[in-house]
Amino acid sequence: MQVPAKFEYERADSVPHALQLLERYGPEARIVAGGHSLIPMMKLRLAQPEALIDINGLASELGRIAVEGDELAIGALVRHAELLDDVTATDLFPIFRDAERVIADPIVRHRGTVGGSLCQGDPSEDLSAVFAALRATAVIQGPGGTRTVPVRQFHQGPYETAVEPNELLIQLRVPITPGTGSAYEKVERRVGDWPVAAAGAVITVSDGVIAQAGIGLTAVGAEHFCAPEAEQHLIGRAPGEEVFAEAGRIAAEHCEPHSDQRGPADYKRHLAAELTRRALARANRNVPGSATV
Amino acid sequence: MRITVTVNGQPYTREVEPRLLLVHFLRDELGLTGTHWGCDTSNCGVCTVQLDGVPVKSCTVLAVMADGREVTTVEGLERDGELDAVQKGFVECHGLQCGFCTPGMLLTARWLLDRNPDPDEGQIREAISGQLCRCTGYENIVRSIRWAADASHSQEARQ
Repeated sequence: MQVPAKFEYERADSVPHALQLLERYGPEARIVAGGHSLIPMMKLRLAQPEALIDINGLASELGRIAVEGDELAIGALVRHAELLDDVTATDLFPIFRDAERVIADPIVRHRGTVGGSLCQGDPSEDLSAVFAALRATAVIQGPGGTRTVPVRQFHQGPYETAVEPNELLIQLRVPITPGTGSAYEKVERRVGDWPVAAAGAVITVSDGVIAQAGIGLTAVGAEHFCAPEAEQHLIGRAPGEEVFAEAGRIAAEHCEPHSDQRGPADYKRHLAAELTRRALARANRNVPGSATV
Repeated sequence: MRITVTVNGQPYTREVEPRLLLVHFLRDELGLTGTHWGCDTSNCGVCTVQLDGVPVKSCTVLAVMADGREVTTVEGLERDGELDAVQKGFVECHGLQCGFCTPGMLLTARWLLDRNPDPDEGQIREAISGQLCRCTGYENIVRSIRWAADASHSQEARQ
């Protein structure tokens, strides 16, 4: 029987209250929402926080998905299942539908949250690559107010993020650009597992050429979950199979996969190229008004 | 910490440690052993219960997180001595062999039919994809849930 070590438990009734509790308990306190990364780690005693601050009651502040101007705002407490079910979000960005359908399983997705996934900072976590591909911005609140950090600077290493011990990730903001398509491709050993490798692609096509490109890579040691060299190759070129295949090759060249129980490094590198190619091709097909549909 | 959890419509107040998991609260504190305890790692799904109507894996939810909320376990599916349609379906279509995964499967099935009264086979398989049947009896579990959907329709037609 797995039992977490003892901890203090506090329930936040507002974001300012959560921040006060973080100040009171200090750096050994942890925020808990869905708990589907943290609680298993606590049961294995890999994590032994002195206090848990439960933010599950903050859905009215942190649980909304809404279009605000030219951005889609996603609250940190939005559950995976809620993002998957939100037609506005998944129509604007099919990459969310692709990724959320293969994150864990439907029951886990009822609890796990978008913000929790990003803050866990697991190198194999799908949404980190998705938001990196989308060039989203993280909104972080602390005692001095809110600040924003590009998601491409949010992850500072495995399980390390830009969120300070006295701060709370409250929202992700995704820029909405007309003419944009997106997709996510993942290979897993069995349904619901972490990826062997995965790739997300976001492209904006304007006047027949790629005006903007985002590529996110999961579980292959890509710095900040993205592939800037491959993105650069796409800019200004007409979308097409050759161009996408070359971008895949470049993405694979610049990542650093490691061999582990999910597969050898050379296989993961092969997947990085192939999944990038496939994600780009599908992203291109779902660009609104795309002639190749 | 003192918590009050409404389980199958009845409120229970208990003094618990914050580290107590919901599955053990239900089984050990309340004696509701219909909720099974399997892998303890949120993989197998046998501990699935409904929290405010949504299926969750109770080995990965703290009991204190259920404070003030409603939990439904397999013991709460029956109404006035009559089995729920999903329970009847499992009887009719041989939806269980050893029975270990059955309570969790039933609660997910109930949730699915509440949301989507007429699911196709793919939707049923997707809904139960977070739960393992160690007898590998998935074919009959899918048939059982489909049977419950059909039975509910014909009952509505009669009314």
